[in-house]
Amino acid sequence: MTTQRTNSIARIRNRLAIVLLVSVLSGCSYNQFQTKDEAVKAAWSEVVNQYQRRADLIPNLVNTVKGYASHERETLEAVTRARAAATGMTVTPEVLNNPEAFKKFQQVQGDLSSALSRLLVVTENYPQLKADAGFRDLQSQLEGTENRITVARNRYIAQVQDYNVLTRSFPSNLTAMIFKYNVKPAFTVENEKAISNAPTVNFGK
Amino acid sequence: MSRLSATSRLHTAVFACLLMLGVALAGAASPLHAQNAPAAAAAPSQVAVPALTMQVTDTIGMLDANQRATLESGLQAYAKRTGTQIGILLIASTAPEAIEQYGIRVADAWKLGRKGIDDGVILIVAKDNPKDLRRLRLEVGRGVQGTLTDAQANRILQDVIAPHFRQNDYYGGLAAASASLQTLLDREHLPAPAAPPPVAKQDSGLAGVLPMLFLMVIGIALVSSRMRRGGSALSSNGWGRTAGVILGSQLGSALGRGSGGFGGGGGGFGGGGGGGFSGGGGGFDGGGASGNW
Repeated sequence: MTTQRTNSIARIRNRLAIVLLVSVLSGCSYNQFQTKDEAVKAAWSEVVNQYQRRADLIPNLVNTVKGYASHERETLEAVTRARAAATGMTVTPEVLNNPEAFKKFQQVQGDLSSALSRLLVVTENYPQLKADAGFRDLQSQLEGTENRITVARNRYIAQVQDYNVLTRSFPSNLTAMIFKYNVKPAFTVENEKAISNAPTVNFGK
Repeated sequence: MSRLSATSRLHTAVFACLLMLGVALAGAASPLHAQNAPAAAAAPSQVAVPALTMQVTDTIGMLDANQRATLESGLQAYAKRTGTQIGILLIASTAPEAIEQYGIRVADAWKLGRKGIDDGVILIVAKDNPKDLRRLRLEVGRGVQGTLTDAQANRILQDVIAPHFRQNDYYGGLAAASASLQTLLDREHLPAPAAPPPVAKQDSGLAGVLPMLFLMVIGIALVSSRMRRGGSALSSNGWGRTAGVILGSQLGSALGRGSGGFGGGGGGFGGGGGGGFSGGGGGFDGGGASGNW
């Protein structure tokens, strides 16, 4: 009889615990984590998408430059190599949970950025190339894409900040701990310099 | 043993969450929790984005009243006919920012173009910008980048606007740009504009709550039917009650949130009649071109 009683008490307590657990999960921003995690992923996809767009422009650019400045082989090859390295890296959303991979991603894209800007500096010496309509179009596409990359990166940084604040501030950090929502990496300042320095493309003036 | 540790873990979790609930409730009203959207607040050194009240915003008097009105009515008519919103912003300078950085802030603030179609275009002229910050910028919404590519945007800046501007013919440049933008945009096959202004939707809070209400009713029915059968201490009985309480709490919180409302104004389109003009919620990704004259 007493065991039955304790049993039912235990059952009631367990039920109460479940009620609390579930109501508290919504109370302590579990759903917010879902929303913000997805927002970060979406912003990240846009970043990757724009870097891909840049990589897609490069073969055309290299070919056009080759037509006028074939003896700048060194610079052209550097761009091709950097592009191969950048596109060779498989980028999945998992990169966000792996600081090493994230760093690697920044590294290869940064290398490509600097190779590209060296190429664009070189083109300044070829007036005929600069007058080429196809080159002019490619240049503006490249410039537009560099700007898109900057915008996508800024939006990603803002989303990550939002998410990381949730992960770190008090009541929600316990939820983060229990469900393993870790702080996500953002682009760092040094890389900011390396990557987001859009190659200065001066056309026409 | 594993059972023991499981229960004790459960207890810890429950305790932690209780604590959290308390804190969350206490802190719900505090401003700390109000930092939802990543704020795009302008730093004090940045040039502020003017409020959007007309399609042609001239803050420095580059145009006279007649010219401005002509441009404005042309763009208004185009927006009415096609739904595509084109904005023109004339300012003195964007320093210390480059015009691209300023431009995306304007695009994010104004949200020209229809929501989901993203067919807004913004032409910005920063008359006194140093050359390396650029004086011309065309921000192109995502939805019209098919015909208004970066290359086309660049051509409009360099081949259409710049020649006029070099002769100080600002109105001529802007009018020509507006015409060639419209020609290009006409080639994009966009959905026709919504004929009547959309009927103001009722507070969607209620719609969000309805399914909950439904589930809660089912939950209550379940519980009461079990109770009538004489509390046979079935564990499913407990589940029914649990579900009821959970749903109740969800409902309560949803209702509490109710009056939040949406800021987006889904596709609403203020071009029409008297005076007021507002963006339709179009998105931009930084595409377009910049240049000088």
